[in-house]
Amino acid sequence: MPSTQELQNLVTQVRRDILRMVHKVNSGHPGGSLGCTEFFVALYNEIMELKDGFDMDGNGEDLFFLSNGHISPVFYSVLARKGYFPIEELNTFRLINSRLQGHPTTHEGLPGIRIASGSLGQGMSVAIGAALAKKLNGGNHLIYSLHGDGELQEGQNWEAIMYAAGNKVDNYIATIDLNGQQIDGSTDDVLPLGDVAEKFRVFGWDVLEIENGNDLKQVIAGLNEAKSRTGKGKPVCIIMTTMMGNGVDFMMHTHAWHGKAPSDEQLETALAQNPETLGDY
Amino acid sequence: MTKYIDQGKNDTRSGYGAGMTELGRTNPNVVALCADLVGSLKIQTFIDENPERFFQIGIAEANMMGIAAGLTIGGKIPFTGTFANFSTGRVYDQIRQSIAYSGKNVKICASHAGITLGEDGATHQILEDIGLMKMLPGMTVINPCDFNQTKAATLAIAEHQGPVYLRFGRPKVANFTPADQKFEIGKALMLNEGTDVTIIATGHLVWQSLIAAENLENQGISAEVINIHTIKPLDNEAILASAKKTGCVVTAEEHNYLGGLGESVSRVLASHHPTPQEFVATQDTFGESGTPEQLMDKYGLNNKAIEAAVLKVLKRK
Ligand SMILES: Cc1ncc(C[n+]2csc(CCOP(=O)(O)OP(=O)(O)O)c2C)c(N)n1
Ligand SMILES: [Mg+2]
Repeated sequence: MPSTQELQNLVTQVRRDILRMVHKVNSGHPGGSLGCTEFFVALYNEIMELKDGFDMDGNGEDLFFLSNGHISPVFYSVLARKGYFPIEELNTFRLINSRLQGHPTTHEGLPGIRIASGSLGQGMSVAIGAALAKKLNGGNHLIYSLHGDGELQEGQNWEAIMYAAGNKVDNYIATIDLNGQQIDGSTDDVLPLGDVAEKFRVFGWDVLEIENGNDLKQVIAGLNEAKSRTGKGKPVCIIMTTMMGNGVDFMMHTHAWHGKAPSDEQLETALAQNPETLGDY
Repeated sequence: MTKYIDQGKNDTRSGYGAGMTELGRTNPNVVALCADLVGSLKIQTFIDENPERFFQIGIAEANMMGIAAGLTIGGKIPFTGTFANFSTGRVYDQIRQSIAYSGKNVKICASHAGITLGEDGATHQILEDIGLMKMLPGMTVINPCDFNQTKAATLAIAEHQGPVYLRFGRPKVANFTPADQKFEIGKALMLNEGTDVTIIATGHLVWQSLIAAENLENQGISAEVINIHTIKPLDNEAILASAKKTGCVVTAEEHNYLGGLGESVSRVLASHHPTPQEFVATQDTFGESGTPEQLMDKYGLNNKAIEAAVLKVLKRK
């Protein structure tokens, strides 16, 4: 197990990767990526049981599905630094002929990706399917997924939420990135979500909350707690409050950086706030 | 050959936004809906000027289509706005049952169509939407070629009774059609008269066709260029008249060759006047990330691809 300091260093390095990737191609989604960095680092380096290498079926290991595929930068960086593919490949993000598509895909065969996402609202259904397959295969590993809060406005989520509870899909932990922001503004301005935790609860899920999803210790504790609640007849949901753009002062407290790249100057400022730890790609 | 001047690069989605601004001022029944993509659809001015006639639906496209259908009951003319992928495939049955089959006067306005959406990649680059929408009975399908034409089309569809799919794009491209050109739904535009080959193009490929025609002229080939902005209903007469004159056809579109403009044209030709035809379109593939220019090149959707198709079809005459 890596030490907390090692994980924290990884968090900072991943933030640098995100910023540099998005800056280089002047496109992509830094806001949600920066907000979910602690989650990804913890999940892949502390929480999930993973085999070496990658195969699509993922028997004998935990699996993760990213439903809000636009935060691909954080996903790619964490996968690369976990060893799924060469770190230098982050250089090709969103470029033509790259395996690192704007949104994650299986089409180009990037190790670590098991489903295309990008069109919002579909990932929970897929995760449930994978969880059912694990049960059919007699596997006792877990399925994890991540969803945006704005993404919950898609009705398919609620079909999936109902299904998972009604069918006791209890080898599954879905996390909601509650950052209160989406493209056109705050979720309250666009379409209020109401009490998300309560909604999952009345749909029959076991719900827990991570109050500060940008505090690595809290994220790890929350994920461990969620793990301990699996296998008890209910799907588990983590409502994780994060700050969009976390780690870069001018990207926080606004929806403006949902899908916008920093200028050269802004990149310098942002990187200075996240000094290199493990070496840039 | 007829000269066309680029009046300044602009995106077709801004043409939609400009059209909506004008409709907001002139047609009190026009209402706008959007699914968390106001900036992308360029409708902020409409919203600022008519806040009570704008409905922010959130990221819930199926709900948006249903609400739009409902708004027509009572005489409103709803214009829905999201990316082309989420305007069609995502909500096909909602459109089919609540809009097309129910005969509702909804204008489905779709931005970021095709591969030129660019870096977001294949999940967002729909190349099947023309096919999906033209198959729906009663649906009008329009794919304008530049800013001016998109603005004019936006105004025209408000006057048309019945469901319409209006398809436009993200990148800034040449704006070359006259600003005052009236948009007649279902009427092809003759852009350049020629005698050797007919190039029939829609959307972003129209400007590419004009470039191709100019290059071909330098090689001694006289290309007729027809702009089909309305894929359904199709202007059969214009197509047949030109095919009879030149004896061969190239169709050009930013769409899969299956289900697109090319297939509609070939059906007309096969029924009335079989003619050799080449298809400039994507070849049954998904797209990928890249800049619009790189992708147009890689997937054979630019003037070079059109020129190559012309040389090929000429040999088949
Ligand atoms: C079906 C669908 N509709 C619309 C979009 C466009 N879109 C991409 S991200 C986004 C906002 C997502 O909000 P949220 O899930 O809260 O993610 P965050 O902005 O917090 O990263 C939208 C509307 C999409 N990708 N898919
Ligand atoms: Mg959000």
